[in-house]
Amino acid sequence: MPSVLPLGDPAPPDGLLPAQAAEGAGQRAFGLYVHIPFCAVRCGYCDFNTYTATELGGGASQDAYAATAVSEVEFAGRVLKESGLPERPLSTVFFGGGTPTLLPAEDLARILTAAIGAWGLQPGAEVTTEANPDSVTPESLQLLADAGFTRVSFGMQSAVPHVLKVLDRTHTPSRVPEVVQWARDAGLAVSLDLIYGTPGESLEDWRYSLETALSYDPDHISAYALIVEDGTKLAAQIRRGEVPEIDDDDHAAKYELADELISAAGLAWYEVSNWSRTPGQACRHNLAYWRGDDWWGIGPGAHSHVGGVRWWNVKHPTAYANRLGAGVSPAAGRETLDTETRNVERVMLEARLNSGLDIPSLGGLGDTGRHAVAGLIADGLVDPAAAFKGRLVLTLKGRLLADAVVRRILPD
Amino acid sequence: MNSDIRNLDLNLLKALDALLDRVVRTVPAPTGDVDGPARAMIFDSVYDAYRGVVTYVRMVDGTLRPREQVVMMSTGSKHEALEVGVSSPEPLPSKGLGVGEVGYLITGVKDVRLSKVGDTVTNLAKPATDSLPGYADAKPMVFSGLYPLDGTDYPVLRDALEKLMLNDAALVYEPETSAALGFGFRVGFLGLLHLEITRERLEREYNLDLISTAPNVEYEVTLEDKRVVHVTNPSEYPTGKIAEVREPMVSATILAPNEFVGAIMELCQSRRGVMGGMDYLSEDRVEIRYRLPLAEIVFDFFDILKSKTRGYGSLDWKADGEQVADLVKVDIMLQGEQVDAFSAITHRDKAYAYGVMMTGKLRELIPRQQFEVPIQAAIGSRIIARESIRAIRKDVLAKCYGGDITRKRKLLEKQKEGKKRMKMVGRVEVPQEAFIAALTTDESKDKAKK
Repeated sequence: MPSVLPLGDPAPPDGLLPAQAAEGAGQRAFGLYVHIPFCAVRCGYCDFNTYTATELGGGASQDAYAATAVSEVEFAGRVLKESGLPERPLSTVFFGGGTPTLLPAEDLARILTAAIGAWGLQPGAEVTTEANPDSVTPESLQLLADAGFTRVSFGMQSAVPHVLKVLDRTHTPSRVPEVVQWARDAGLAVSLDLIYGTPGESLEDWRYSLETALSYDPDHISAYALIVEDGTKLAAQIRRGEVPEIDDDDHAAKYELADELISAAGLAWYEVSNWSRTPGQACRHNLAYWRGDDWWGIGPGAHSHVGGVRWWNVKHPTAYANRLGAGVSPAAGRETLDTETRNVERVMLEARLNSGLDIPSLGGLGDTGRHAVAGLIADGLVDPAAAFKGRLVLTLKGRLLADAVVRRILPD
Repeated sequence: MNSDIRNLDLNLLKALDALLDRVVRTVPAPTGDVDGPARAMIFDSVYDAYRGVVTYVRMVDGTLRPREQVVMMSTGSKHEALEVGVSSPEPLPSKGLGVGEVGYLITGVKDVRLSKVGDTVTNLAKPATDSLPGYADAKPMVFSGLYPLDGTDYPVLRDALEKLMLNDAALVYEPETSAALGFGFRVGFLGLLHLEITRERLEREYNLDLISTAPNVEYEVTLEDKRVVHVTNPSEYPTGKIAEVREPMVSATILAPNEFVGAIMELCQSRRGVMGGMDYLSEDRVEIRYRLPLAEIVFDFFDILKSKTRGYGSLDWKADGEQVADLVKVDIMLQGEQVDAFSAITHRDKAYAYGVMMTGKLRELIPRQQFEVPIQAAIGSRIIARESIRAIRKDVLAKCYGGDITRKRKLLEKQKEGKKRMKMVGRVEVPQEAFIAALTTDESKDKAKK
């Protein structure tokens, strides 16, 4: 979650949602995102809303955080009911951060239990937590599995020490196979997160990281190009010339290598930056974001979406805790999307998926959309076979230019 | 009149009487035909926001009275003289203007083009047959395209030029369309100072933001079939077989401290100058005379002269005929598509340098596209320089999760907005800024950078 909140309309103190939010809610899945705003150290590239253990006090402190999060879960349960939304058990839960596993496993379990108490869990629901390889033990992973977690996503990032150093990651690469095994033993599905394009990373470094990650036989891999966000330590280092600049062509070459090696290992892409061993092992929580389902985001700076209403919580954990303590909605702002904007978001998000965009429905965007498809096929950005069947699915080249494709589809 | 003046110095009064007597003796009396058809010469006209065009005239023959119908002889347009008067110095309405009088005429006309300086005004009821000789038309030497930065300002620019033209007979312009810059005008100026002043006035007095293209001169191109074409814009350069091209020349006088003689000579030689002479005005001041092609000094000559002489150098020039020169037109092509706006007429020896400079500049200015874009400079069909913009390989945000969606959508909207400001050259999207940066003079580009 980027640290800068968008500008939007003010959110009401009672958090109640407009009538639009409830329309057709029965057809949409409902998920929960829980933001854990703590990290052992602040990574140089990261602009997420996260704090080191000693930075915060009061209801925002690491010790009190679980109780604060549980109070938002209860608040959310009330708001959804009072806004006229049907009762829907959770189909997915995702704990992200920060480093969720920096909290004791008991705390994570307590928040999950409160959420299950508020809404219930669908049979076969996916419950994921992100984790740093150096903040888990066999016992903590077992405890999470027992509480209902089904999946863990490890922030491996790279297998090359000098790359990890630029990223300020503290774990030693050799720990990764160990924690993967512990997670397996606890019955958890395993995903590995990788970052490519770190300043100083060679193509061979990246190949080594990919091969190493694949040798652990994960169920799922996410590979993200490093984005240098304004205000991060890394951005300052690049500005001062201490580390080389990011090169988009290098990113493109590394993405192509990632797709080649990951596919060869038997995983298939289902979103621009995500690959899974089987379609069932795709991250369903993230798919819900891209398909416009409903979710509530718990925690400071967390974003939520229910039926075309998006809102985001205040960013600072102390302000967040104080609001909840006073029984006031922690939302800092919201936006209510009209049909046109929802259409733009749908194109923007669904174009990233291997299931693609429904081409006939592009008619709603005027002729631009449909006419653009022919040009996109000619330029090798869209798969012609899928287009023939009415789906706009990106080719490898198209995935690398996904944002440009979206701009070409959308009317001016 | 004397009775109106008080506390006047007696000596001055005596001197004044003598002066006025002298004026009466020296200045010839008007010689016009008092009873003949009215003929009044327009020597100035200004636009007044409340009264419309105010035309200043000198009566040569006959009289003009208020409420008469008058005719502008060059255009044949007829108007009623609503008010006739003299300047005293404030406008003072009078019963008419007679031979030899100088005064003004208000017809209520708002279109300033109808009151052209040098034109003759006559009476509709008793029209004159011959118009007065008028003034010699000032010949524009330097041409530049003026375009509003915001296309919707085009009518404002048009009206502003019309109004400026009223009391600036040297200004000529005609509408021009550029694929890159939209609607604008090709404007002729007497020289660089005139260009700068006009541009400044347009920007200040009419609150316009303007793009001015690099100034160029008028070439006379003779084709092999003896047809002669006058070219003020590279896009008008004829395509057929060319017999010869003539370019305007100037004789330039440069004054500078003698320590800079070497630098000045070097500069003038590099601008195809031919030295006419050199004189020491004092021990350390020198006057250098050169005959130079006008085209070589309209762009950045003066700036370079100033910087090479640490600001001490001064330049004075006047038109000095024309010469035949080995000139060629350099075309710039983006992905094989010729872009008129970037073409230039230049000496053959400098064509290569121009081609390399412009292709290099465009490579920097045009963002990478989804395909490779070759940029070529060519003389006719011969390519003299080539650069290429590599295809962009990555244009995707790697992460797009719940909290990124609003931000990403807003970024997308901004990018779409940006795309609207792009000009399409074939399939290549060229930002407006690239055109401006590539076309305007180096000086204004530096300003933009600051």
